[in-house]
Amino acid sequence: MKTILEYRELFKKQKITPISLFESCLKKINPSLNAYITVTEELARKGLKKETKGKLRGIPIAIKDNINIKGVPTTCASNVLNGFIPPFSATVIERIEKNGGIFIGKTNLDEFGMGSSTERSYYGPTKNPFDETKVPGGSSGGSAAAVASGSAVISLGSDTGGSVRQPASYCGLVGLKPTYGRVSRYGLVAFGSSLDQIGIIGRSAVDVGIMLEVIAGYDPKDSTSSKKEIDDYSKINETPKNITIGIPEEYFKQIDMEVHSTVMEIKSKIEKEGISFKSVSLPTTGYIIPTYQVLSYAEASSNLARYDGVRYGLRKNGENFHDTIRKCRNEGFLPEVKRRILVGTFVLSSEAIAEYYERADLIRRLITQEFEDVFKEVDYLLTPATPTPAFPIGERTDDPIRMHVPDRMTAGANLAGLPAVVAPAGMIGKLPIGYQIIGKPFDEIGILSIVRLVEKIAPFEGFLKEVQDG
Amino acid sequence: MADYKPTIGVEVHAQLKTTTKLFCGCPVSFGEDANTNVCSVCLGLPGVLPSLNKKAVELAIKAGLALSCKIHTKSIFARKNYFYPDLPKGYQITQYRFPIATSGKISVEGKEIRIKRVHLEEESAKSIHEEDKSLIDYNRSGVPLIEIVTEPDINSPDMAVAYLKTLQKILQFENISDAVMARAEFRCEPNISVSKVEGKLGTRTEVKNLNSFKAVKKSLSSEIDRQIGILEKGGVVEQATIHYSEETHNTWVARSKEESSDYRYFPEPDLPPLLLDKKWIEEIKATLGELPGKKKEKYISLGLGKEDAKIISNSSTASLLFEEILKIINEPIEVSKWILRDYRSFGEPDISAASFAEMIEMVLNGEISRNAGAEVLAEMVRTKRAPKQIVKEKNLTQISDSDALEKVVREVLDENPNELTRLKSGERKLIGFFVGQVMKKTSGKADPKEVSRIISEYEKKY
Repeated sequence: MKTILEYRELFKKQKITPISLFESCLKKINPSLNAYITVTEELARKGLKKETKGKLRGIPIAIKDNINIKGVPTTCASNVLNGFIPPFSATVIERIEKNGGIFIGKTNLDEFGMGSSTERSYYGPTKNPFDETKVPGGSSGGSAAAVASGSAVISLGSDTGGSVRQPASYCGLVGLKPTYGRVSRYGLVAFGSSLDQIGIIGRSAVDVGIMLEVIAGYDPKDSTSSKKEIDDYSKINETPKNITIGIPEEYFKQIDMEVHSTVMEIKSKIEKEGISFKSVSLPTTGYIIPTYQVLSYAEASSNLARYDGVRYGLRKNGENFHDTIRKCRNEGFLPEVKRRILVGTFVLSSEAIAEYYERADLIRRLITQEFEDVFKEVDYLLTPATPTPAFPIGERTDDPIRMHVPDRMTAGANLAGLPAVVAPAGMIGKLPIGYQIIGKPFDEIGILSIVRLVEKIAPFEGFLKEVQDG
Repeated sequence: MADYKPTIGVEVHAQLKTTTKLFCGCPVSFGEDANTNVCSVCLGLPGVLPSLNKKAVELAIKAGLALSCKIHTKSIFARKNYFYPDLPKGYQITQYRFPIATSGKISVEGKEIRIKRVHLEEESAKSIHEEDKSLIDYNRSGVPLIEIVTEPDINSPDMAVAYLKTLQKILQFENISDAVMARAEFRCEPNISVSKVEGKLGTRTEVKNLNSFKAVKKSLSSEIDRQIGILEKGGVVEQATIHYSEETHNTWVARSKEESSDYRYFPEPDLPPLLLDKKWIEEIKATLGELPGKKKEKYISLGLGKEDAKIISNSSTASLLFEEILKIINEPIEVSKWILRDYRSFGEPDISAASFAEMIEMVLNGEISRNAGAEVLAEMVRTKRAPKQIVKEKNLTQISDSDALEKVVREVLDENPNELTRLKSGERKLIGFFVGQVMKKTSGKADPKEVSRIISEYEKKY
């Protein structure tokens, strides 16, 4: 397996060229995985012709298809956006372009990011490269499958409740959700605006750190982006010292025994490096899923209101405006998105808002406060990334409650706006499983440095052949 | 029927005078080709985010200050959700629970009207309905507005119009808004209820679609009649949106409460709370010419007495008129006398500053007497006619022509020989008697000073 730094070296020594790397990635696109909605070969070849310098020069990058690239269709895996081509690029895309990155394609997702399996796509499900009968996780399942199967070196996803981290866990990758506000959301199609954050899926902590350095930082087009200076992410190579990692007991309940033991093995290995651990408690953990559901559905019901067929996307003419919009939305959205819009509309209605939205907002503050308090005791939290490894395709599509189960591990970081990273802990059978490190706001370096440490002391050996060969 | 008391509150949407829209860099202009001043943000394309226009915030603060509001250092934007083709995002970004300014007041025709709130919001696009299709122009989408809401302190359609005119003048005077009604830069939505019982309000209705002050007045009068009509028949007024027809001057129920939307307001997650620096608010305050305290000082410096300066500055209507007249005739003391003695006695009615100034000028030039001026003013208020026209029709032109006056004086002296003898023997108070006689003969048109001068001369000659 090669890292971005190694490719840089190889380019320099002219062992390989960005074009040959791109060609080999293109060959690794496996149609049966259905990781891509659009392969942007033409755009990539144009990019390869440019003389560029920068941290990502010549690196093939896959982009989740809810992040706009000017001139390339953005589908959000929804029929409602049929034919929509954005006239502008997301801020992250502009920053990657400036740094010489090459876009290989737009990846599959659960429609508008709403799902944990990448099955609820208008363009069909994506399959897990480790076992094609299993889901790759979601909603950034396409971005994870692309990197795990070697067709992209690194990818961008979006994480509203775990959509970058959970697929990283199922596909044996490093998935980072930065602090809310660390990365501009301009050009990311909104799902739950107060929770959404563009995240990175890569094969190593260093690769993820390099990408973060490129895309992070204040953007005047996103008022919720932070003006805090970006860090020097090469610091993740430094072994963390004098830190305490908390083990929140609630996160180790109701999970597979094998997941429990695999994550505990990682804990012992870190412990041997002289890092201390402490048991902590986060009693509000049980409220994470319902709170996340109410708030993200509420925001989604509003964010998705613009898809009315008037200006772009699917158009089905009706008797009058309201009939037209009814037809467009009825044919445009899949059932899960409709369900969430309906529930989200309900929880904001005057009869229900106090009971649901306002209460959830209050609980969100309690959850945030609880994280703040626990971070007075410890510097980081170690948790499993998911309660189980990847589940079979079709198993949960009719059961929205069960589909939400993995969110219990990940959505807390979204509610509290904290940075969190998932990285491979090991294999359970032929499926990878990840652990998660949650940190204090803007301590991306800290959480990535722990992942880097684990890479050194317990290197993950489960990468697929396509990746191992480079 | 006369014992029903109307209670009126007014919501005004005023377009802020910025060069760009509230959340994007598109220019704000009037009369451009459709869909030329648009971008991804004001079209609500997938992936866009709003960035707040600082100038719009400044103007909203200024409006709040000009209306003596409390400016909140923390306010929060909210989404108002509803589906309409001219609403590109499916929601409007506005302020709901935490507006930028609250608890203000303005004085109109000597009555205080409380301002409940002032908040910032974005404009929607414009739908143009044709026979078989609707077209949408997004040039207006995202234009910055403030909504100004009064407490229900208004008790007549005339007062509602007076309030609106005063508010419009304040916004224009402070350069907050051009507030041109014909360009939809100043739109009013009054709400009204009637009640017989003191201190108990009836069910209110909201009147929409009003494009002129005349429409405001007529629609409110018509709506008062409609509501009283219902109550007199033993019926119940229902909460509703009322439309008004310019052609028939009728009002009718457009939408009852049951049909009204649930806007599902919630805090706008794409915009952090709007936090204002107190220093900035002070700086904006310093640019205001029009706070009563500051105005009072200005008037004193113009030579007005303290009490007079206070009375004028405390009334927005009076002070705006005063300053507009001063722009035409720079005679502060003289103008202030007209405002204080005459104008206020009519209840500070709406009157054109230019006409008022014309009248005062006629007095200052000696064309008409002061008394005639007061009569002209009363007539102007009553009929809205131009002062020159009134003077002409009522034949009020002052006789200051010495020859003409001498003739009248001689007549009067000849008619009163006894009094003339007494005057000549030194009884000077009789000058007043003769002046009175001359005034009587000229129906008040003579210039008393001139008459007095001529009589004195004759006293010596005879």
